[in-house]
Amino acid sequence: MQAETQGVSCAGAAIQVRDLHVAYGGTPVLHGVSLDFAPGTFTALLGSSGCGKTTLLRSLCGFVPVRSGSIVVGDRDVALLPPEKRGMAMVFQSYALWPHMTVLQNIGYGLKLRGTAKTEITAKVASLLAMLGLSGYEERKVTALSGGQRQRVALGRALAVDPGILLLDEPLSNLDAKIRMTMRHEIRAIQQRLGVTAIHVTHDREEAMTMADRLVIMQAGRIAQIGTPEEVYDRPASAFVANFMGAENVLPVHVARSADGTAVSAGAAVARLADHDATALPAGEAVAYFRDDAASLDAPDAAPQGDLLVPGRIAARSYPGGLYRYRVEAAGRQITIDDTARHEPGAAVGLRIPVRRLHIFPATEAATAA
Amino acid sequence: MSRIASLLRASLAGIVLAAFAFALIGPLANLVLWSVAERWYTPYKLPVTYGTRYWEQVFRPTGDAMASLGTSVSIAVLTVVVALALSVPAGYALARLKLPVRALFMIVFLLPQAFPSVAIYINVARIFYNLGINGTVLGVVLVHAAHGLVYSVWIAAAAFAAVDRDLELAARNIGASPLRTFFTVTLPLAAPGVIASGIFVFLESLDEFTGTFFVGVPQVTTLPLLLYNAAMGGNYQVASITALILLVPSVLFMLFIERFLRADVLAKVGA
Repeated sequence: MQAETQGVSCAGAAIQVRDLHVAYGGTPVLHGVSLDFAPGTFTALLGSSGCGKTTLLRSLCGFVPVRSGSIVVGDRDVALLPPEKRGMAMVFQSYALWPHMTVLQNIGYGLKLRGTAKTEITAKVASLLAMLGLSGYEERKVTALSGGQRQRVALGRALAVDPGILLLDEPLSNLDAKIRMTMRHEIRAIQQRLGVTAIHVTHDREEAMTMADRLVIMQAGRIAQIGTPEEVYDRPASAFVANFMGAENVLPVHVARSADGTAVSAGAAVARLADHDATALPAGEAVAYFRDDAASLDAPDAAPQGDLLVPGRIAARSYPGGLYRYRVEAAGRQITIDDTARHEPGAAVGLRIPVRRLHIFPATEAATAA
Repeated sequence: MSRIASLLRASLAGIVLAAFAFALIGPLANLVLWSVAERWYTPYKLPVTYGTRYWEQVFRPTGDAMASLGTSVSIAVLTVVVALALSVPAGYALARLKLPVRALFMIVFLLPQAFPSVAIYINVARIFYNLGINGTVLGVVLVHAAHGLVYSVWIAAAAFAAVDRDLELAARNIGASPLRTFFTVTLPLAAPGVIASGIFVFLESLDEFTGTFFVGVPQVTTLPLLLYNAAMGGNYQVASITALILLVPSVLFMLFIERFLRADVLAKVGA
């Protein structure tokens, strides 16, 4: 491994983005984004399409003009510099390999620009190809490569210039599922080995969580939450983030505070909480979000034992493998539940939901969540 | 009954095919026949004497035809140089510009085609006369280039539009200046289309008659002018041979188009 990475050294650079405003035509896309990237970290920009994550990436590397704000790399503001002066290397969603060049010419292009000697270019490209598992592919035409191989060549081309910053624009979205899994680990491993600062744009939650040290969830041109994968997944800051991170079941609840504690109720079902669990909960009408695997099915008349036990009826059942997936009608909503036990459609059941696993937000905020 | 119908259909298809072949090959056959007819007069359906006398006359090093061919080719080459020098930057700008500037730009290049060419060339001849470039190769080249630009800008714009923007951005991204990007990425990728537009201009120039007639005569004699003079003088043999020589580059061009030009470039022509 040591020998393979010889000659490839990307010391990661720090980036500070301050109050970045970007517009396409007259339409504002980013409304004042401020974000820090520490050297050598792997950050994923995550959000649904149109949230501005790709625009943020493209404005970092200079493809999209910045209306106001600053992008400081190291100690200089690059916001107004052309793309070639920013010291960032991008891997494109479409790979953007040059079809009239060989693999060697594609990867060596940036080195040739910098006036590197031909023998040195050949040596460096060979070591990069070895790292990417493509040894001996120098003279191939890029049009003769498979999707996964093109992806690696695109990565090699970006890394060849020893960038401080590696930008990844949905690089895995055109690959089939199996290669995508392998590439996730490979890109992550290479980033760790080289210590380059990586910024990865994706709409795939799992991809972001498995690859990145830190997630930045974006919503409508603003940052909705920044945190480690665990923080964002387990403690979403808003209804939008909870929903986006997979807590797709929605249950209207009422939170009441009284002298003897806090009560969360959904219809007739009530669960009481000890005070130290409940201080963050909003009082009054609220909406609870939870994941398919947070709840389980029980008898409709089972003892609540501190959980919310909401009566419902099974509307449909499917078997995605390992456990059953039920669609349950409860509290006037369709709720998806995973459970190991087999129940028949039409049966009356009780949804057992541990209150700790609910993400509860005020009803007013939930109305604005996408 | 059905046998008669199928027979009828087959013979109809045969007649249509024959008519098509006749329309396509007939004039060519006539040219070839005329080029080898040393004597051919009225009561006879075919030439009286065959021979290659006129071919020898045309290809004689001192003949008018060889001199005209030389003039025609050098004018065509110069025209291509002038047209490409304008249509490469103009085509690139057109491919990357946004409407409505793009439409305005296009109209400027298409405008010469909107008027009867004779009217334009008479005025051009008048202006060139004042400038003192009437009857010079330069004058003819300028007229041919103005005519060829209409097509070459159009085709070049299509060729540049077919180059994915990300391919350029990828080069800029790892450190190439805009100019370097253009010459190492954009131009090589658009090259087949640009070359095709150059060949098109070359052929247009080789074929051009009206403009040359008004601007070049009598000092500049190109192949079409020679053909015109020969035909007017009743020398059908020389006229036929000249016409056949003019055909060669067109056929080569068709073969090039068929072989090298990608369908996505062709689809963007006029878009």
